[in-house]
Amino acid sequence: MSLVNFAAREITCKIVYYGPGRSGKTTNLQYIFGRVPEPRRGRMVSLATHGDRTLFFDFLPLDLGNISGFQTRFQLYTVPGQSYYNATRRLVLQGADGVVFVADSQARRFEENLESLQNLHENLLGQGVDVRQVPVVFQYNKQDLPPELVLDQAALDEALNFRAVPSFGADALHGAGVFETLKGVSELVLRRLAAGGVAAG
Amino acid sequence: MTDLHAAYRFDTLVVGAANRTAVTAARAVAEAPGSTYNPLFIYSRPGLGKTHLLVAIGHAVRAVHPGAAVAYRTLDEFVEDYHGAVASGAVEAFRQRYAEQHVLLLDDVQLLGRRLEMHEELLRTIDTLQAAGRQVVLTSDRPPAEIESLDERLLRRVAGGLVIDIARPDFETQVAILRRKADERGVPFGSDVLEAVATLGIESVRELIGALNRLIAFQAVSEAPLDPEQARVLIGGPGAVAHADVTREPRPDRGRPGGGAPPAAIDEALAAKPAVVADRDEFGDFLSELASTLAQQVDPWRTRVGEAILRWEGEGFRTTVLDRLLEQEDPPDPDALLVQYEADAERLLEMQREVADLAPDMAGAAALSDPGNMAAAEAYLHRVRESAEPPPGPSPAWRLDELIEGAGNRMALRAAAVVAAEPGTRYNPLVIVGGAGAGKTHLLHGLGNALVATGLPRVACLSAHDFMQELIDAIDRDTVAAWRNRYRRCSALLLDDVHAIAGRERTQEELFLLYNIFAESGRQLAFTSAVPLAELSGVEPRLLTRLEGGLVVELPPPDRDLRLRVAERLLAARGLAEDGELTGYLASRPADSVRSAQGLVQRVLLAADAQQAAPSVQLARDLLEGAARPGRRSAPGRSTSLSSVHGPRSREKMVWHWPDLADCVIEEWR
Repeated sequence: MSLVNFAAREITCKIVYYGPGRSGKTTNLQYIFGRVPEPRRGRMVSLATHGDRTLFFDFLPLDLGNISGFQTRFQLYTVPGQSYYNATRRLVLQGADGVVFVADSQARRFEENLESLQNLHENLLGQGVDVRQVPVVFQYNKQDLPPELVLDQAALDEALNFRAVPSFGADALHGAGVFETLKGVSELVLRRLAAGGVAAG
Repeated sequence: MTDLHAAYRFDTLVVGAANRTAVTAARAVAEAPGSTYNPLFIYSRPGLGKTHLLVAIGHAVRAVHPGAAVAYRTLDEFVEDYHGAVASGAVEAFRQRYAEQHVLLLDDVQLLGRRLEMHEELLRTIDTLQAAGRQVVLTSDRPPAEIESLDERLLRRVAGGLVIDIARPDFETQVAILRRKADERGVPFGSDVLEAVATLGIESVRELIGALNRLIAFQAVSEAPLDPEQARVLIGGPGAVAHADVTREPRPDRGRPGGGAPPAAIDEALAAKPAVVADRDEFGDFLSELASTLAQQVDPWRTRVGEAILRWEGEGFRTTVLDRLLEQEDPPDPDALLVQYEADAERLLEMQREVADLAPDMAGAAALSDPGNMAAAEAYLHRVRESAEPPPGPSPAWRLDELIEGAGNRMALRAAAVVAAEPGTRYNPLVIVGGAGAGKTHLLHGLGNALVATGLPRVACLSAHDFMQELIDAIDRDTVAAWRNRYRRCSALLLDDVHAIAGRERTQEELFLLYNIFAESGRQLAFTSAVPLAELSGVEPRLLTRLEGGLVVELPPPDRDLRLRVAERLLAARGLAEDGELTGYLASRPADSVRSAQGLVQRVLLAADAQQAAPSVQLARDLLEGAARPGRRSAPGRSTSLSSVHGPRSREKMVWHWPDLADCVIEEWR
C-alpha cells in the first residue's frame, strides 16, 4: 500500500485508526477533516449506524501537497470497533503503513481496550506482519472526562503500551491531542518508509 | 575588557535543529581560531542565543588555548572605548589593545548602523586581526546586508567569512531548554507542563525562560503541582487560548493530588477562556513538522548536501557542483556525487598542503578550490611541482681537487676550500672573477661538489643564463612563486657568469631577494664573473655592492708555473715519461687561460697519436708554431663560431667546440 516513488517524487501513506468501539476513532478523523483546508481534503467516506457506530469504515484522503519535493498523500482509515466486524478490520488493516491505537481512557472500558489490542496483534500476525515492525502509536482519548472516571496516561501506558511506543493523551472531540497523534504516527511512518520498510500485509 | 559571562558556555547551550549549524561553526572557530571561518557572523532575532554562543566561543578558546587573549565587547562598549581613546589622545593605544587580542567577540553590531564614524575603525580592527591570523566573531540581530548604512568594505569582509543564522528553536529544543533551565533552578516540572509551554509559540529563548520564571514563581506559592492547562493560562501567548479551549464545558475539579486549589487568578483565567476554538493552524503546523521529518527521513541526502555545502564553503571551496545537485528534483545517485565531491575536496586539501609546502603563496590559487574542476587543479599542481623541483646542482665532472694550484690561482682555490669547510660563515658571498677559460666554472662546480660532500642538501649551481631562462619560463607558466620557493629552500646558491644578468632587471630583482634571504640565514652564495665587478654595467648598485661586500678573488691567466703543471699533469695522465724539454716548451707557449694551455697539450698529444710517434718538442713546435697561421680556425663551417652574447669568449674556446675532434686534428695536420 505504502508508496515512496522517488522517480515520481510521490509518497502515499495509509494510516489506520484502530481501537475498541466508541473509543473516538471516527472523531479523530472528523476533527482532522474539519481542520484541513478544503482543497487539501477528499470526501470523507463514512458509513455509520443510527447509533453513530462505524459499520464499515471511514476513509479520509488527505492531499498534503508538495512536501520537500514530494507530492504527499495520506489516507486515513478507521476500522469498525465492534468485535463482530473483524473481517472488515482485517481488510482495512491490510497494507497499513502505520496504526493509531485509540484507547478509551475510561476505566470501565479497560478490558475492551485490551481485547482490541490483542485483536490488532492477531490480525497483523494473521497477515504475516510482526507487530514490532509496524509503526504504532497510542492515543488515550477522553482524557477530559472527570479523573475519577478515567485512567491517567501513565496507567494506560503501563497497561497497554508495553513496547513504549509514543503515546498521546487526547480529547478528540475538541481536538486536543489529535494532530499530535497524527504527527507522531506520521513521523514513525516516514522514518520507516525512508528506511525501506514495508507496509502491513 | 569585559569578562565572559560564566554561565554562557557550550555545555550550557541546548543544541537543536535551529542552532546546530551555528553551534558547529562556533565550535570549529573555538577549536582553531583564525583558521576556519573568519570572521564568523552570527545573526538571529533577539533572544535566540547569539550572545550565549558568542561567549561560549570565548570560554572554549580559553580552555583549548589557555594563553589566548579573548575580548568580548558589545558594540556600545567598543564605541565607548574608541571615543574615550580619542578624547584622551590614546587612539594608538586603543588600536594596539585590540590588535593584541587573539579572539575578538563583538556583540550587537547592528548598532553600528547609527555610528558611521565607527565603520572605518571596525574595518581597521578586523583587517589588523585577520592579517595576524586572529579570529573575529560578530553577532547581529539581522543579516549584514540589512544593517543600516553598513560600509561596503565591511560588508565584503563579513561576506568573506561565514554568515550564519540561528532560527527559532523547534518544539523539542524548547522543551529541552525549559527542562534544563528548570533543573538548574531546582524546580522540576512535569514534561506535560513544559511541552504545553513549548506549544505556545513563544518566539525567543529569552521569552521562554521568562515564561518559565512565571511558572516557577507560581509554583513557589502553590502547594499543588502545576498542570499543563494552568501553565498555558498563566503564560498566555499565542497558543494559550487554543489549548485552553479543549473543554467546552466548565472544567470539573479533577481532584488534584494534594488537594490544593489553584490561585484565584488562574481560576479566573480559566473561567474567562473563550468557548470557541481559536484559529490556530494545526494543519499548517502539522505540515510544517511533516516537512521537517520528511526532509530528514525521506530526502536525507538534501540535508547532507546542504551540510556539505556549508562545510566546504567555509573551507573556501566552490560548491557549484553541490548547488546544482540541490536544484535537481531526482538526481540518480546524489550520495555518490556527494562522496565524490568530498573525496575531491579532500584531495584538493592535500594539494593545497603540498603547494603550500612547495610555494606558500600559491596555495590559495582558485584552481585548488574547485572540486568541480579537478583537471585544472591537477594541472596546476603539476606546474607547481615542476617549478618546485630542485634547481640544478653542481656538475659531478668538476672537482676542486682536480684544479691545479699555481701562484696565480692560489688565493681563489684557498678561498674556495675555506668556503667548502665553513659554508656561509667566512666568505659570503665568494665572487670569482676571471677571463674565459680561467677555470671559474670548474672552481664553482668544484666548490658546489665540495659543499654537497659536506652533507649540505640542495646546493644550487647553475649559470646565470639558465637562472634567467628558468625565471622566464616560470613567468610564462605563472609559477614564479614556486620557482622562488625551490631556490629559497636551497642551502647554497652558486651562480656562474653572473655578468650575464646585466640589463635583466627582473632577474636582478629576484636574485636580490634571494641574496638577502640567503645572506640573512647564513647560507652560502658564490658567483663567477668574466667581467670585473667594477666594470660591470647594467647591474643594480644594490646588488653590485652586495657582491663587492663579499670576497672577490681573481683567476688570472695562467702563469708559466701553472702552464708547466698543466702540461706535466696531462702528459703524466697519458703515462708518458717525464720530458722536461717538452713540458718546458709547452709551458713557454702563450695561453690566456688554463683551458687554452690544456688545449695546446691536447693538440700535441693528438698529433703524436696520428703520427704514431711519441710527442716531442719538434713535433710540438711544428704543430703549434706552424698552426699559428691566421684565419685557419675561423674558416667557415669548421668552427662553432660561438657568439659572445654572454660575455667574452676566448679564441681557444672556439677550437674546443669543434663538432668533431678528428676534423680538428686533420685540419691542424694539413
